[in-house]
Amino acid sequence: MRGCLAIYQRELLILKKKFFRQLASMSVGPLLYLIAFGLGMGQDVMVEGRPYLEFLIPGLIAMNSMTQAFAIASEINIARFYWRIFEEFQAAPIRNIAYVTGEVLAGITRALLSVVVILVIAFLSGVTLNYDHFFWISVILNSYLFASLAVGLAMLVKSHADQALLTNFFITPMSFLGGTFFPVDRMPSWVQSILNFLPLTHAAASIRKSAFGLPPDSDSLLLLAGIGTVLFVLAYHSVNRAKE
Amino acid sequence: MIRIENLTKNYKTVQALKGVNLHVAAGELFAYLGPNGSGKTTTIKILTGLAYPTSGDAYLNGFHITRQSLDAKRQCGLVPQTINLDHELTVYENLNIHGKLFHMPRQERKSRILELLDYVEIRDRMKSPVKQLSGGMKRRVMVARALMHSPGILFLDEPTVGLDPAIRRRIWSLIKKIQQRGATIFLTTHYIEEAEFLAERVAFLNEGSIVAVDTPQNLMSRLGAWALDRIVNGEMETVYFKDRDEANRHVAHQRGSFSLRRVNLEDVFIAATGKKVQP
Repeated sequence: MRGCLAIYQRELLILKKKFFRQLASMSVGPLLYLIAFGLGMGQDVMVEGRPYLEFLIPGLIAMNSMTQAFAIASEINIARFYWRIFEEFQAAPIRNIAYVTGEVLAGITRALLSVVVILVIAFLSGVTLNYDHFFWISVILNSYLFASLAVGLAMLVKSHADQALLTNFFITPMSFLGGTFFPVDRMPSWVQSILNFLPLTHAAASIRKSAFGLPPDSDSLLLLAGIGTVLFVLAYHSVNRAKE
Repeated sequence: MIRIENLTKNYKTVQALKGVNLHVAAGELFAYLGPNGSGKTTTIKILTGLAYPTSGDAYLNGFHITRQSLDAKRQCGLVPQTINLDHELTVYENLNIHGKLFHMPRQERKSRILELLDYVEIRDRMKSPVKQLSGGMKRRVMVARALMHSPGILFLDEPTVGLDPAIRRRIWSLIKKIQQRGATIFLTTHYIEEAEFLAERVAFLNEGSIVAVDTPQNLMSRLGAWALDRIVNGEMETVYFKDRDEANRHVAHQRGSFSLRRVNLEDVFIAATGKKVQP
């Protein structure tokens, strides 16, 4: 447990050192989407009986919590391939589970911070939604899942370039197809079947329902928790693979 | 105390270690020498838990490195070859995180950091980000970090590589000081004079096998006391002599350019392997 806290506190310290840079970087993406899609179209277009801006913001929260949780992989890779600090963790008397838990918590923290940024932007844009416990549970499960995936992949890749490749192939397509910008049920049924395999589809649906004051589908929450746990276990087993 | 028994390590097609056996006594300053790719760093990585052995056993103060890995890791401090400090963090923060990783209580961490920064003479830079330090300062911070949890065994993998001679000698003094406090020191280097100056015993590693182990004096005296280097048919040739008189008698008959010098550890290595100890 103490090892996990050491790993987590180190990540927080790094985050604190570049807090404003991080905050700015977390804000740019959602701000651009809000301006381009939300403010540009959101005034007149209605989706599922609500202004598009209201539909978009929960989607952006799902997408940004995913990308920021997954971004912990970049931090791990910088520590591993560039600064070689990963060796310091490997030489310390801490268990792999402590290392993975510390990094996953750091990923979740980054994700939550990015969500707060979007909520502030949304508030400034005049949009206030329902942020109850279901909303936060959905956000945390989404972050947990993608932070676990990030830690596992960060242990398996052989270079920082490999990590960028994974982001391009998996995270970027998921950002656009996981129900963030449009309702999945408007797609042809065969596309819907495929999109239902994406965790982000379930995360976006749960976050959106909660934000609209409705209880999310328990199946979606269970699925996120289940996949997250499988990925966490895989991340745990991947740590030894990072050793020579 | 370090005990290594039949340690092997294979990387795909390369056998990096071929059954290494070694015993380093408690409190000893031991140098592990060899050319690049001979297996020095691989040995240290295995002993400190950064790599798995393919076969064989090793014990640090009695703890098996894989079966009792957490206990074994608590016994040792590591100064790796490449600087692996958190450059964004300050000197203090780097040491503090290390203390947390080794489960040191808050008060103990604080006092130990101040003590060590005095010890390596860098306390005035305590609040500086590591990225602002010179190479020599970073090395000293790494030594301080490795000593944070008071390890009984300190692994130094090329601790002075890339440093200028004055800083290198400062690090040597520090290493001597650490040993005088009772730590076992396992040092790899390809600076022969570093091993000669510091080590009580030396092992030569060549292509994954140990080819000689003894005190520097014993290893050198097996060859002689003086060495004459000369060029014969375009090739450097070295002849060894028991004493200065014998060497002088030989020199009297020499023609062309030659140099007479004391035998050093590099001569021992070349005699044992036919290779130069070079990066």
